[in-house]
Amino acid sequence: MFEGEAESESKVKGSPSGPSHASRRSFLGVLLGLGSLVVGALLAVPLIRFALFPLLRRTTQLKNSPVGELSEFSPLTEPVMRTVQIEQVDGWRKAVSEKAIYVTKDSQGQLRVLTSICPHLGCTVPWNKEKNQFACPCHGATFAADGTRVSGPSLRGMDTLETTVQDGQLLVRFQYFRQLVSDKEVIG
Amino acid sequence: MHSIHPGESDSSPRGDAGLWGWLNRRTGLDDLLRGALDEPIPGGARFAYIFGSGLLFIFISQVITGIFLALYYVPSADHAHTTVAYITKAVTAGSFLRSLHAYGASAMVVVLFLHLSQTYIYGSYKGRRELLWLSGCVLFGLVLAMAFTGYLLPWDQRAYFATAVGTNAASEVPWIGEGLRRLMRGGTEMGTLTISRFFVAHVFLIPACIFALVASHIFLFRKAGAAGPVNQDHPKEKVELFYPRQVLMDLSLTALLIVGLGLLCFFVPMQLGPPANPADTQYVPRPEWYYLPIFQWLKYWHGSAAIVGVLVIPTLLALAIVALPFLDRSIERRPWKRPVAMAAYAFAVFWLVGLGLRSQYLDRHDPGVAQQLAKQKTDEDEYAKKPFEPELSSASLAEANVTLADPLAAKGKTIFERQSCNACHGDGGVGTAAAPPLVGISAKFSPDQLAELFKHPTAKMIAGGMPPIDLPPDDLKALIAYVESLK
Repeated sequence: MFEGEAESESKVKGSPSGPSHASRRSFLGVLLGLGSLVVGALLAVPLIRFALFPLLRRTTQLKNSPVGELSEFSPLTEPVMRTVQIEQVDGWRKAVSEKAIYVTKDSQGQLRVLTSICPHLGCTVPWNKEKNQFACPCHGATFAADGTRVSGPSLRGMDTLETTVQDGQLLVRFQYFRQLVSDKEVIG
Repeated sequence: MHSIHPGESDSSPRGDAGLWGWLNRRTGLDDLLRGALDEPIPGGARFAYIFGSGLLFIFISQVITGIFLALYYVPSADHAHTTVAYITKAVTAGSFLRSLHAYGASAMVVVLFLHLSQTYIYGSYKGRRELLWLSGCVLFGLVLAMAFTGYLLPWDQRAYFATAVGTNAASEVPWIGEGLRRLMRGGTEMGTLTISRFFVAHVFLIPACIFALVASHIFLFRKAGAAGPVNQDHPKEKVELFYPRQVLMDLSLTALLIVGLGLLCFFVPMQLGPPANPADTQYVPRPEWYYLPIFQWLKYWHGSAAIVGVLVIPTLLALAIVALPFLDRSIERRPWKRPVAMAAYAFAVFWLVGLGLRSQYLDRHDPGVAQQLAKQKTDEDEYAKKPFEPELSSASLAEANVTLADPLAAKGKTIFERQSCNACHGDGGVGTAAAPPLVGISAKFSPDQLAELFKHPTAKMIAGGMPPIDLPPDDLKALIAYVESLK
C-alpha cells in the first residue's frame, strides 16, 4: 500500500529533524518500498498462474476415441463402419458426439481408419458392397476400399485418421478436414 | 526554482527534478503521500491501532482474489458448482486462491471483531466521532452480508442448505418476513435465481457500498483525528507521526496475515463438497463458524415468542450499538472507569462464545446429528478426492440419444446419418450454414406432408441443394419418425 514511500524523505513538520534522522527515514522508506514490491510480486505469482492457466495447459481438447479390439479387425476383407464417441473438452464442460468412421486396410494390409465425411462437400459416404467402393450419395464421388479417389468431383481420396493402439484397443483421433481442396488440411 | 508558481517546489526539496518531479507538480502526489504518512498519532504508535489497516488489507485481497475467481466462475445453478470444482481441482493455483478468498472472509470477521473491540475498550467512539462509529457499524453489517451472500455461490450441499436456513430465518420477521425471503431467493424456493441475486449482491451491490463507506470511514477518521491513548490527563504527551513506527506496526499485522493465510491455504485448502441436492432430506445444515452464535440463538425462539428473539431483541441490540456514541456522552475513556461499558462488553463476548460453543456441544452430543455431520464430512472428503469431471454440455448427442426411446425414431436416426442428411442439416437436425434446422419441424408439417416433401422437394429446396429422397417405404417412415422427434 505504501510502495511510493521510498520517495518521501526528509524533514516533516512536527518530526525530529536533522540530516541523520532524515537519511534514516529515507533509508527505511526505500527498504519498505522494496519490501512491499517483493511481497507484492510474490503474492502476484499465484494470481498470474491462475489467470494464465488456459495459456499453459490445454483447456480444449479432443480425446482419442476407442474403436474396438484390434483382433476383431484382423480378418477384415472390406471396410466396416463403426460409430465412435467423440469427447470434446472445452474448459469446464465437454460435448460428446458420435461420428461414423470406417476401418479398412491399406494396400500393405495395415489397418487404416477413414472418416466417413466426403472430402468434396461433407456428406456421409456409404460403402457400396456390390460395387466394392465408397459412393457418395450427394454428388457421386467414388473411392476404393482403401479410401483412394476413383472418380467424381472430389479432389482427393477419403481422409485417414490418426490411430494408436493401446492395450490391444484401436484408438482413433477424430478430426475435420477442409473440403474442396486437393491436400488434406486439418480444420479442427 | 524554475517554476513560475511560487511555493510549489519549496514544499518538496527533490520535487522539481526528473519524472517524479514532473509527476509531482502535476498531481501533488508527494503532498498526498505526506498527508497520508504524516498523520499525527497522539501518544505515539501502538500495536492496539493496527486492526483498521489490517482490515483494509484483507478487503483489498478479497477484491483481487474475487475478481480473479470470476475468471472461471459462472453464477447459475447449472454451472456454479462445476466451475468452482474446475477452479479447485483443475486450474493452477485455483485451490489456493479460492481458499484465500474463503479464509479471507473468516480473517475479515476476526480482525473486524478485534478492531471493534479496540475501539470500544479504548472508548475511541467518543467525542465528535458519531459518524465515524456509524459508518463503522454499517461496514460491519456489510461485511457480514458479504460473508452470507458469498457462502452460497459454490452451490455445494453445505452452501445450499446453510443459505436455505439463513433465508428461512428472515421469514420469521413479522409481516414482511415472507416477502423478504422471496426477495432474497427470487421466488419461493432456492434455485438459479437465488444464485443470480446473491451473486449480484456479493459482486456489485455490497462491494460498491463497502468502497464508498471505507472511503468515508477513513475520511471521517482523519477529520476527527486519531483518538490516542485512553488516559488523556497529560495534554503535553508526545505526538508521533504515522510514519514510520505505526506503519511498521501495521505492516507487521499485514505480514502476519499474509503468512498465516498463506500457510493455511497451502496446507489446509478450503474444501468443496458434493453439488447441492435439494432433494436430500437428511442433510443437517450448519453455518460458517461466525454465524454459529446467531444460529444457536434462533433455535431458542419458537412460535409466538419468535418475534421477540428474531426481531425485538436483535433490533434493540443493533440500535443500542449504533446509538452508542449518542447514548454515552461522557468523555471518560479509561476502561477501569467505565465498569458498565466493560461489563456489557464482557457479557456480549461471553454470550457470543457461549452460544457458539453450545451449538458445537449439542451437535457433538446428539448421536443422530453427530453421525450425520460425520457422514457429511466423509462425503465432502470423498468428493474432494475425485478428479475434476467436465460437465456434459446440453449440445451433447449422448444426451439426445437417451431420449430416443422410440425404436422407429432410433432407426430413423441411423438412416438420417447414413443418408448424409446431417452433413447439411447438422447432427440432431440443429441446422448448419448449408441448410435450415429440422428441429421443431413437426409443428409445421404433418408426417404425410413431410413424406411428400422428401420425395418431391420444392424448387426452392432443390436450388438449396436438397436431393429427392428415394427410400423403401419402411425406411422413409422411420426417417420421418426421427425428424418429427427432433424438438
